Amino acid sequence: MVDAGTGLPPFERVVLRHGPALLRYCAAEVGPERADDCFQETLLAALRAYAELRDRRAIRAWLFAIAARKAIDLHRERARAPRPEPDLEALGAVGAAPEPDPALWSRVRALPPKQRQAVTLRFQADLSHREIARVLGISEAAARRNVFEALARLRAELRR
Amino acid sequence: MTNIDLRSDSSSLEARLRRAPASPDRFERARGALAARAVASGLVDVAFARHASPLGTLILGVTSRGVVRVGLPAEGEDAVLDDLARRVSPRVLASPADALDHARRQLDEYFAGRRRRFELPLDWRLAQGFRRAVLRATARIPYGRTASYREVAARAGSPAASRAAGSALANNPLPLLVPCHRVLPSSGALGDYRGGADAKARLLALEGAR
Repeated sequence: MVDAGTGLPPFERVVLRHGPALLRYCAAEVGPERADDCFQETLLAALRAYAELRDRRAIRAWLFAIAARKAIDLHRERARAPRPEPDLEALGAVGAAPEPDPALWSRVRALPPKQRQAVTLRFQADLSHREIARVLGISEAAARRNVFEALARLRAELRR
Repeated sequence: MTNIDLRSDSSSLEARLRRAPASPDRFERARGALAARAVASGLVDVAFARHASPLGTLILGVTSRGVVRVGLPAEGEDAVLDDLARRVSPRVLASPADALDHARRQLDEYFAGRRRRFELPLDWRLAQGFRRAVLRATARIPYGRTASYREVAARAGSPAASRAAGSALANNPLPLLVPCHRVLPSSGALGDYRGGADAKARLLALEGAR
């Protein structure tokens, strides 16, 4: 009897279960025009490493940890070679929906990195504080604090 | 955007942060692009597709060696994919493959009555030993003909092992391509079929065998 023996679900199910949240996370982190890059780079890296994943109960935190690294890479790339502002009409043609709340998300992207990631993981990817802690390599208390501080800061800025 | 929106309290700020910028359409497109890249990078061990047939939706799975699995509607997609993940590799993804296109076309021709034998490379890894011998013997039963479990067992080298042959056929990973529906009990009854007795009767009727 053949048995790959990993106990992992078929990767297809990972994509279906977590893909929509991953795409939202990517759009929020790197902007809608680079979201597809972030989504694909994350899932390709995940697929490459998938068979070595040991804890199948932590797939979501593992996946978003990869996504967080890819988002940072894309941020760096953008800093090195700034792109012109996206042409919204062209984006529409390739299916990149504009963000529903650009004013809010540009503020989110201006937050300190940990706060930005924490708030994005919490609200766009719907991760628990424990999973956010795992993704960012910080304690659960620190994850909670980063979300809280991000919200306080956004609230203060929006009130201004 | 109104002023009131911008002066939102904490709960509506959270609601705004939750609002999804990505549409389902966009996810589908991103998923399609991912599948193509994953295949091009050699990261997919089992590419699969859903294929509509008169029996219902089939699951077709291929590896680099050939077709490894045909899942019948009665088996359920989740069970078929779980089985592939466990026994071949968890890198199972709905993705494009030439072998899938060939299998789809030949199955369509078969169901339309225009094809009497399949010409597809098969990956036999999900059947070992005697089971594989039984399936290979079954693959040689011509279109529109039937054989008994005992005959198939004998052709596989163990005339007394008709029960084991039945078990091999009940677990055939490649139904339709390896035509286990052509194997019947010697009593003349229809016997069991992984896809259900109705599907077996239907296939035999299609082939004019009963």
